[in-house]
Amino acid sequence: MGKFKKGGSKELPEISTASLPDIVFMLLFFFMVSTTMREVELNVDVMVPSAKEIVKLEKKDLVSNIYVGIPMRKFAKTMGTEPQIQLNDQFSTVDDIQAFIAAEREARKEELRNKLTTSLKVDQYTKMGIIIDIKQELRKASSLKLNYSTRETAE
Amino acid sequence: MARKTPEINSSSMADIAFLLLIFFLVSTTMDIDTGIYKKLPPIPEEEEIDAPKVKQRNVLAILVNRNDDLLVNGEVLSISQLREKTKEFILNPLNSADLPEKKLTTIPYFGDVMVSKGLVSLQNDRGTSYEMYIKVQDELAAASRELKDEKAMQKWNMKYEDLDEDQQNAVRDYVPMQISEAEPKNVGGKK
Repeated sequence: MGKFKKGGSKELPEISTASLPDIVFMLLFFFMVSTTMREVELNVDVMVPSAKEIVKLEKKDLVSNIYVGIPMRKFAKTMGTEPQIQLNDQFSTVDDIQAFIAAEREARKEELRNKLTTSLKVDQYTKMGIIIDIKQELRKASSLKLNYSTRETAE
Repeated sequence: MARKTPEINSSSMADIAFLLLIFFLVSTTMDIDTGIYKKLPPIPEEEEIDAPKVKQRNVLAILVNRNDDLLVNGEVLSISQLREKTKEFILNPLNSADLPEKKLTTIPYFGDVMVSKGLVSLQNDRGTSYEMYIKVQDELAAASRELKDEKAMQKWNMKYEDLDEDQQNAVRDYVPMQISEAEPKNVGGKK
């Protein structure tokens, strides 16, 4: 071992950190490319049910989301604990859906308007009553493409 | 002559990059939307449209009550039995009298075949849980896919999803799966 002790008092050379920015930038670009921006802040708890026969939802820009679930705890005082509908950033009622769909259509290019899909993100413990009402409103707004958002069942 | 410009200290570059990285980590999501795709029926334009008469044997009536119990053609079933029941209903392998009639149809690739006239009718209560509803939809979709895979396997020795579009259409015509969702009833009282 004596062989290695020769320069015992010599300081360890510092590890070069010059490539650290490159590494971090690489990570940054990876996340920028592979993720999408969060559109809304959720005010309701949504745990979508799981299913096996699922399809991927293509073209995220042609999807409008309707969230249904029990309001988060901080809203429990004002909104109660019954499942509520959330459109964009705020709590809504079933009557607002037609206006919401109209606004969503308005925001898209004309030739894409009839390709709009509505994605229902509904908590699994919600009762069907509210969903039946939503479906009726969607039919009235003639927005007939519907997607029940689900997780994939873990095998 | 010109003095050498001093090099810019780049040691804070890493910090800046980290800051950006953390911002993107927090403000973006990675989840891909998946789900069950459905098409809603349009609202009939005239109020009174005669519902087409369908024979009882041609209907698989699925009822789900507010306790998430399943009643299929008057028989209480568990969710795991629904898939087999649906497949048997559509295929009617023994041509029994209480399962759907079949109609002779000419389908490309298959020729003249007997196609079931069966119709699945789904009705749920306002008190049914969404989870149960999705489970039923999932089982029906699975039954449909298995039937299509079976036919595709027999004919081309390939799975349905690997066929080209014309072939897929032919298979779809061979084993049609019509699901009609009845207007909701409020059996379980006001909820």
